[in-house]
Amino acid sequence: MSSREIVLGRIRRALADVPAGDHAYADAVTRDYLREHGTRTREETAALLAENLSEYRAVVHRTDADGLPALLARLLTERGATSVLVPPGLPADWLGASEVTRVHDRAASSAYELEKADSVVTGCAVAIAETGTLVLDGSPDQGRRRITLMPDHHICVVHVPDQLVSSLPQALERLDPARPLTWISGPSATSDIELDRVEGVHGPRALEVVLLGGR
Amino acid sequence: MSGTFLGMPAFPKAAREAVGDERLRANLRHATHTIRDKRARAVGELEDWEALREAGKQIKDHTLRHLDRYLVQLEEAVTAAGGIVHWACDAAEANRIVADLVKATGETEVVKVKSMATQEIGLNEALEAEGIRAYETDLAELIVQLADDRPSHILVPAIHRNRGEIRDIFHDTMKNWGRPAPEGLTDEPAELAEAARLHLREKFLRAKVAISGANFMVAESGTLVVVESEGNGRMCLTLPETLISVVGVEKVVPTWRDLEVFLQTLPRSSTAERMNPYTSTWTGTIDGDGPTAFHLVLLDNGRTDTLADEVGRQALRCIRCSACLNVCPVYERAGGHAYGSVYPGPIGAILSPQLRGTTSEIDASLPYASSLCGACYDVCPVAIDIPEVLVHLRERVAQGGPAVTRGEKVVLRPARGHAAERAAMRAARWVLGSPGVLRTGQRFAARTRRLHPRTLPGPGRAWSASRDLPSMPAEPFRDWWQRTNGGKGEAQ
Repeated sequence: MSSREIVLGRIRRALADVPAGDHAYADAVTRDYLREHGTRTREETAALLAENLSEYRAVVHRTDADGLPALLARLLTERGATSVLVPPGLPADWLGASEVTRVHDRAASSAYELEKADSVVTGCAVAIAETGTLVLDGSPDQGRRRITLMPDHHICVVHVPDQLVSSLPQALERLDPARPLTWISGPSATSDIELDRVEGVHGPRALEVVLLGGR
Repeated sequence: MSGTFLGMPAFPKAAREAVGDERLRANLRHATHTIRDKRARAVGELEDWEALREAGKQIKDHTLRHLDRYLVQLEEAVTAAGGIVHWACDAAEANRIVADLVKATGETEVVKVKSMATQEIGLNEALEAEGIRAYETDLAELIVQLADDRPSHILVPAIHRNRGEIRDIFHDTMKNWGRPAPEGLTDEPAELAEAARLHLREKFLRAKVAISGANFMVAESGTLVVVESEGNGRMCLTLPETLISVVGVEKVVPTWRDLEVFLQTLPRSSTAERMNPYTSTWTGTIDGDGPTAFHLVLLDNGRTDTLADEVGRQALRCIRCSACLNVCPVYERAGGHAYGSVYPGPIGAILSPQLRGTTSEIDASLPYASSLCGACYDVCPVAIDIPEVLVHLRERVAQGGPAVTRGEKVVLRPARGHAAERAAMRAARWVLGSPGVLRTGQRFAARTRRLHPRTLPGPGRAWSASRDLPSMPAEPFRDWWQRTNGGKGEAQ
């Protein structure tokens, strides 16, 4: 007998007390928890996202489409970045005002090469206001998971209000589990040493978020 | 479970030693109180916390009651997404599967995401025996591994170490494992984290094989979820070519939507954050992004035996948040090592004796490693009634009875050392059922109170070895009641 059959057999014997007509999944769970916490206008939702991101030590900026290239150029310069990783579908004009070298993530690129980039600029799939979370789903404007991991500085651009939701349940509805998802709430952090929170262990130590169109 | 912790003294002895260690108690007290207060604030933000808690409980209970169905569905979905599913009855089989998978890649080292399941089965030691070196990449696990130590907390395995100790561990041992600690390393947490970053980065960049666990598995989509803070998880899950995830069968949930409950309750319960910095989800292999080979090892190792116990099976709801450790007065004083298992604290006291059986001395002592105050139940985000299971397991230890071990029905004998307790209980029944005997006994006890020893002689010594004897009042309550007319006489 295979281990699969042994384990499944043990489970079935262990559940001998469960009646055959035990209720279906649809009836098994009372979902009287909230779909979102509180009522907010769109502007208040954006403000909450900014507040929660800042509390986790991400730096939040706001601009419109016209102001974006100049803002990104300024942020990269302030950081002293000389190279920036660029996902394949990043809108061409976003980095139109930046002088830094653009590095593209190719199939043959090794992690060693990607690590040399100073910064990375991406879009976003969904942002969650209540938790201060950005979700990337590997779409062309976000690229592979590794590009937002290797550089020490990540700038993420969020379209407001299109990509903004209030709560985690609302975000899950919009996301496709078949895609690889990375949920990001603030920069990399650890609390393993006397529970003192320290930013930046293995992921980017600096996270900057641009709320686009929410001005 | 792994032999790592076997051979440990039973809880009362280990705890007695730990309680005498003042530095350990100070580290633990600071840590548990800090996180306890923060957690209460994070949970207080959600006005629907009790509804989320109830939903989490119901989802887990429903899944457990139909576990066979959901595991088969999960297997189909993972396979359809390009993953390969393996089943392991016990630790030895899981370790064998993982070692063979690593060997098939030709690699001799792997990077690891913090995982309770792989600690439980002693995977690192099993791989070492096969000539494969496993590098822990979570900062706290790294500290534990470098110090050749044992984890003492589910979430913060090095909670028993303070910054000075960590600095010394890094300074002394990093060089034996790879990149040495930087010159002049101080005990500043930021510097220590930087040292770990540099030390581990060379391992991430060259690793071809990674091993992880998972916080959740979604049956309908075949999606696995890892929740973390540092980014070491993301490194392991995306950079290597082969990813092997070892996950307990109880980690499955039916639907994608179910994550809306647990991704709200887990971070707030464990790290007291609205959301942890990183959550990664993946479904099989993804073209052009991340590992090209994905193996899922579904682990039983005592879980189905636990499932067979109608009272004890609720322990399988556990999402490993560790909130119960941080509120437990016993854990706070005794520390995690005293529990003799990778699962310390209240959840460990009910999980370990169920996964491993109650035949060893340490496992038979764990159901007693509690004051039954109920704080663990109050904070549990999936409402595991830990005190109920503790009492149930105490009964099993003291009286024996039917149980399931490795899938077979057995009848357990009472554990050794409980004869005195049973005799005392029988005596108590006689005394409490005979008012005259009780009255006489109480008066006698009150009058001889100055002569009472601090510990009990004979077989009672086992009881008083881990407890202080209560002091006897000068007068029995009944006598006081009669003398003062229920307190009225005394008030004047």
